[in-house]
Amino acid sequence: MIELIDTYWLYFLVGQYPHGPLGGLALTLILAVLGLLFAFPLGLVFGIARVSPWRSVRWPVSALIQIVRGTPLLMVVFWAYFFLPSLTGQNTDQFWTMLVALVVFDAAYLAEIIRAGIQALGKGQTESARSLGFSYLVAMRLVILPQVVRNMLPSLVNQFVSTIKETSLGYIIGLTEVSFIATQINTQVLTRPAEVYLLLGLTYFILCFGLSRFAFWLERHLQQRTMAKAHA
Amino acid sequence: MIQIEKVNKWYGGYHALVDVTENVAKGEVVVVCGPSGSGKSTLIRTLNRLEPIQSGRIVIDGVDAHGARVKLNTFRSHIGFVFQQFNLFPHITVLENCTLAPTRLRGLKPAEARDEALTLLDRVGLASKARAYPGELSGGQQQRVAIARALAMRPPLMLFDEPTSALDPEMVGEVLLVMRDLARDGMTMVCVTHEMGFARDVADRVLFMDAGRVLERAVSSDFFARPEHPRLRQFLSDIRTPFPVAA
Repeated sequence: MIELIDTYWLYFLVGQYPHGPLGGLALTLILAVLGLLFAFPLGLVFGIARVSPWRSVRWPVSALIQIVRGTPLLMVVFWAYFFLPSLTGQNTDQFWTMLVALVVFDAAYLAEIIRAGIQALGKGQTESARSLGFSYLVAMRLVILPQVVRNMLPSLVNQFVSTIKETSLGYIIGLTEVSFIATQINTQVLTRPAEVYLLLGLTYFILCFGLSRFAFWLERHLQQRTMAKAHA
Repeated sequence: MIQIEKVNKWYGGYHALVDVTENVAKGEVVVVCGPSGSGKSTLIRTLNRLEPIQSGRIVIDGVDAHGARVKLNTFRSHIGFVFQQFNLFPHITVLENCTLAPTRLRGLKPAEARDEALTLLDRVGLASKARAYPGELSGGQQQRVAIARALAMRPPLMLFDEPTSALDPEMVGEVLLVMRDLARDGMTMVCVTHEMGFARDVADRVLFMDAGRVLERAVSSDFFARPEHPRLRQFLSDIRTPFPVAA
């Protein structure tokens, strides 16, 4: 296994870069980070729309979210892969296809996290902000969302964990992320699939487990801060 | 200042307010009391339109509160509202709770808003807590901040929805004292409360509600000395003897 790592570690980490496109673990992480980065504002808007008092805002967004949540990510990837070119009139490369799919998919899940956060806050906060004379949207921005986003930080990290794992589906459309690279390595070595995929699994696990623990720590830390404040 | 004319409200099939008609004059302090579910909180929440009504009219300072043309946010900014659960904003400091609305809605500069807020916090005895977060305060302190926050918009009218019901008994007094001082300064106040001592000593008039109707209205001395409606007599005797006395 050592010689396997010795031979292929750079290929595993960055793909053919700098002699070809960036790939491997680096690409996986870049995709996950960008995916969440773009999905977050979109999820925020969707989440707010989900609890909007106006039906014309609430219904279409709810429908979109239910459709995305009721569909496997693989389907979303296929749609992005086959429909996006017909929509934009030009071929989209695998990276952007996968990014679009991830953003749409994660935004739907984040929207649900945000909706739950807003509803968990109770209507007292909105009522007191509105009583002071703030409009609905200003009350959201100044009073509700700052609290919701802080409360959802652990969920956000967990969503990032999911996104990292989701990037592996890029394999299906030939995106050279880390799973794809592992398969390439396996094809080249031919005789040691168990070890190759064990290494791949370990890589995902260390990354995701570490982040999960971080989310857990964050959750406790935030809880303790609230408790400490209450008992000071 | 407030005219309530034949107001009706239903929650589905439940008739929560039945033909409520009442006037509150400028500078008057009116206490609304009654058993749970009598509609007193509903009534006060319709005044700044936290609850819609189905018929009737509520006019405050010449503005039809439930009219189609009312500028709701401006209208509400002229009415201070204090909640049972305080509802301070927990993510910002006490001072920021009191400056948020004045800077955003009254157009005050941060320094002006800060000075005004500190004056108000001093008035409720909490200037020393300006930098604290709401979670660091006791319930009574939080409610006093909530009063200061409402006053920071300089409303000519203050509404209180059971302001002491969520408090530990030893903290009720400090909140009532702040409210009494406010009344003495001439603030127009409508207050839903179970604090009969406050009603007797501070209120100009007391309304008694049951099942969505105002059953009795009287100046506070008569209200307690000469209750007329049998339902009120029973209510008053119930709250005076919390435990049945053994023979």
